[in-house]
Amino acid sequence: MSRFKILALLPLAVALSGCNYVVLAPAGDIAAQQRDLVIISTVLMLLIVVPVMALTVLFAWRYRQSNTSARYEPEWDHSTSLELVIWSAPLLIIVCLGALTWMGTHLLDPYRNIGRIHAERAVDQSKAPLDVDVVALDWKWLFIYPDYGIATVNELAAPVDRPINFHITASSVMNSFYIPALAGQIYAMPGMETSLHAVINHAGTYKGFSANYSGAGFSGMHFTFHGLDDKGFDAWIAQAKSAGGSLGRAEYLQLEKPSENEPVRRWGTVDSDLYRLILNMCVETGKMCQSEMMAIDAKGGLGHEGLNNTLPLAYDKYARRGTVLGPQPTFVAGTCTPDAPQGQTTAAIKAPLDTAPLTGAGLKRPTFTPLKSSSFFLGQRPKSNS
Amino acid sequence: MSPDLLKLIFGRLGLDSLPLHEPILVATFVMVALCGGALFAGVTYFRLWGYLWREWFTTVDHKRIGIMYMILGIVMLLRGFADALMMRAQQALAFNGSEGFLPAHHYDQVFTAHGVIMIFFVAMPLVTGLMNYVVPLQIGARDVSFPFLNNFSFWMTVGGAVLVMASLFIGEFARTGWLAYPPLSNIGYSPDVGVDYYIWALQVAGVGTTLSGINLICTIVKLRCPGMTMMKMPVFTWTALCTNILIVASFPVLTVVLALLSLDRYVGTNFFTNDFGGSPMMYVNLIWIWGHPEVYILVLPAFGIFSEVTSTFSGKRLFGYTSMVYATVVITILSYLVWLHHFFTMGSGASVNSFFGITTMIISIPTGAKMFNWLFTMYRGRIRFELPMLWTIAFMLTFVLGGMTGVLLAVPPADFVLHNSLFLIAHFHNVIIGGVVFGAFAGINYWFPKAFGFKLDPFWGKLSFWFWVTGFYMAFMPLYVLGLMGVTRRLRVFDDPSLQIWFVIAAIGAGLVFLGILCMLMQFAVSFLKREQLKDVTGDPWDARTLEWATSSPPPDYNFAFTPVVHDNDAWWDMKKRGYQRPLTGFKPIHMPSSTGTGIILAGLATAMGFGLIWYIWWLAAASFIAMLAVGIGHTFNYHRDFDIPADDVIRAEDSRTKLLAGAK
Repeated sequence: MSRFKILALLPLAVALSGCNYVVLAPAGDIAAQQRDLVIISTVLMLLIVVPVMALTVLFAWRYRQSNTSARYEPEWDHSTSLELVIWSAPLLIIVCLGALTWMGTHLLDPYRNIGRIHAERAVDQSKAPLDVDVVALDWKWLFIYPDYGIATVNELAAPVDRPINFHITASSVMNSFYIPALAGQIYAMPGMETSLHAVINHAGTYKGFSANYSGAGFSGMHFTFHGLDDKGFDAWIAQAKSAGGSLGRAEYLQLEKPSENEPVRRWGTVDSDLYRLILNMCVETGKMCQSEMMAIDAKGGLGHEGLNNTLPLAYDKYARRGTVLGPQPTFVAGTCTPDAPQGQTTAAIKAPLDTAPLTGAGLKRPTFTPLKSSSFFLGQRPKSNS
Repeated sequence: MSPDLLKLIFGRLGLDSLPLHEPILVATFVMVALCGGALFAGVTYFRLWGYLWREWFTTVDHKRIGIMYMILGIVMLLRGFADALMMRAQQALAFNGSEGFLPAHHYDQVFTAHGVIMIFFVAMPLVTGLMNYVVPLQIGARDVSFPFLNNFSFWMTVGGAVLVMASLFIGEFARTGWLAYPPLSNIGYSPDVGVDYYIWALQVAGVGTTLSGINLICTIVKLRCPGMTMMKMPVFTWTALCTNILIVASFPVLTVVLALLSLDRYVGTNFFTNDFGGSPMMYVNLIWIWGHPEVYILVLPAFGIFSEVTSTFSGKRLFGYTSMVYATVVITILSYLVWLHHFFTMGSGASVNSFFGITTMIISIPTGAKMFNWLFTMYRGRIRFELPMLWTIAFMLTFVLGGMTGVLLAVPPADFVLHNSLFLIAHFHNVIIGGVVFGAFAGINYWFPKAFGFKLDPFWGKLSFWFWVTGFYMAFMPLYVLGLMGVTRRLRVFDDPSLQIWFVIAAIGAGLVFLGILCMLMQFAVSFLKREQLKDVTGDPWDARTLEWATSSPPPDYNFAFTPVVHDNDAWWDMKKRGYQRPLTGFKPIHMPSSTGTGIILAGLATAMGFGLIWYIWWLAAASFIAMLAVGIGHTFNYHRDFDIPADDVIRAEDSRTKLLAGAK
């Protein structure tokens, strides 16, 4: 039926589809410079690719068997001068491209503070850049604005021509943070932080998404990025503020549970320590932060006793993590602080009930009964609910 | 029966592991069962089991093993391509609120299986098969160095393929992408059997690949005929040598990284977990230290095939043999220095990124030199556009485009905007289809008459060629375009309706490629039926240049009645020019290796062990492991390893060839 009609209209539709070549026509200066590199490199390479393709067709045609008027030299297999040319021509192009690459890579390093707003304007050093903390969750994006104390899910905004510093991490698996109109992508990885420095030059609404496959809900893991003028940005912040609600540790632990195709959400206030906790993988109270662990290790570590400073792991986003032949899954318990007294927290994280004796540093490890003795060998793990 | 006993016997395998709720899989299973049943019945009816077992399954003849590799590659191509069609259909349909026809659970398996199958069980068998068949003939040897090992390697590759195919109907395959990056592939986020299928399929097949690499290196280094110095080896043999060096140096890395991942998944170590000191980035580095050389493992032999084909069909010596050899060696070495370009976006510093970007670009210099060498081989030649040459021309035009986009992606800032996009997908299909697949097809069309004594039908071959080439461009040029629109890979549904048209075009392209594959199968069938018309009795149907064409088609079991002596790198061309006379008398008995069933038995046990480990059926894994040891040790007591072909048989074979040659004149 209409299949054929669609087919017939194909060429027209292609011409009219109004495609948005965002990589070739971005709205941010970093992406624009990256686009320039794409184009310059392509042109440089075409210098050699076009002649090669033309010669292939020409030689194939000219020296076809039926063309007996063409010269035939079956023993001709070497020419020093020609060999010099065929090695040095690509070499020259690669020398140019290599120099371009070295400079471009350093100038457009995502960790580097940007030096200019766009080609004609340098960065005003007196104005602070916009800080945004980005967390890739399963399967949505959390954005925290530490300076404004707000947080959003799947919606990002930034004022035009103000440098943005992104601090990027993830909660569980690897993702890639990518807004093609703004700047190139960078991976978001759990327990680690990557950065991206960029600026948006034109107001508008752009697409952002994860560019690294991360599981079942990956296709729906996209967000809108608004480039706004200063007034618009203030209004956007105010809108988030007025949304009310507060994003603390408990709310975050609810939020980070896997969910797909999340709508935009906003919180008027946000726990100012939340991003640090996410990055150090210790949002669950009672879990030792990586930064703390590293500080202890830097001083020589806890030695053998450190092995005992663990608690059984009850929850790891999907299910209780554990392997069929390995020991019961555990996590490193945090040391006691007034903020997080150990007794309370153990209950709060719903650890198995038989963990009564606390296993702190230097204490003897209690004898431990696995959840189900048969399951240890037979590999029955709790069914994943993903 | 008590659940505990059931678990003891079946591990985590249960009735719910069968994907009875997936209509697509049930229909596939019925189809496969019907075809498989028909095949089984046919073989039984014609009483071929004994013949197949004696002459093929247990053979140690490199020629038959080579042919079996090719059959494996083509069968798996059908499976991998079915996955490709499903992906193209899904992406063409899933617009305007439609979810397409594949749920995430199925779609994510499809793209993972497509990548794994195409690389490990299509491209690798095709390349290994051609090397296995051709290399001993090109160097004037009677077989490879370790004929039994060769048989074992082949069956291990089949074992891996069997596990991947089993995952289709028993349980599921990985949903992680073809390289199974942790943490996603770790037990916390992939607790099901999919990743275990992935691990054990690759481990079992990897043993085969590594051993066959060792075997072929040894063969090329030790078994060349008198006079064939390294710089007189045919270029295909050179590329085979470099490829196998790459295999031996890089596959152990894959084995280790998968072993570490399995430790994480089975015993709770923390190599690649998020906490307890694990680092997923380590996995990404290690897998690409294998993965990048793998690309060259595939493409170098293809370069070798194009070199042989270009010089044969241009009727001319290969231009710049020496620089061709050096280019191959340089590519071999450099391919170890570029792995990081697969993840510039993981956040290495600018200096590290530029280093790997520039080393990547440097590879394009020897590759470019090769391209010019082929070009100047055609220059002042007399080009015959037979099928292998057509594939070569298509390769030269297609591969430069793929090379160009590859160098573009090697510029880190450019990679930041194109990484993981459909532009990247288009790029690597451009080089792998344009390079490896076209190369394999050129090789199949070129050496088929050697293997079977008749040429492939040119009509269906050309039809297949044109469908493939146009289909390829229609399927992948839209992906370049989509990449420039910032569309990323592995998406299942889309919300921007303006993209749909490009996916529809790509799907039509995939349909054309499908026709190309059908025409190729048709080409095999038609050629078989017309084998008397297409027959070649000379053993040298293309007026070719290297030693494999000096013997009959198909060659006798012993390849050459007398070991040839070589004076030139186009040995057979040189022999023809100097009026070489085939020796007609003085034949002696020929010492040959005996067939053995040990290879297929060991590989079968390894596959069973893999299956046991995947499903936690510990008794099966343990029993198969012990049985493997027993069979392996038992084989060392097998003293019937070789035999002599009596001189009478040699005389009979050579006399019949003499008559055929006389008849041809």
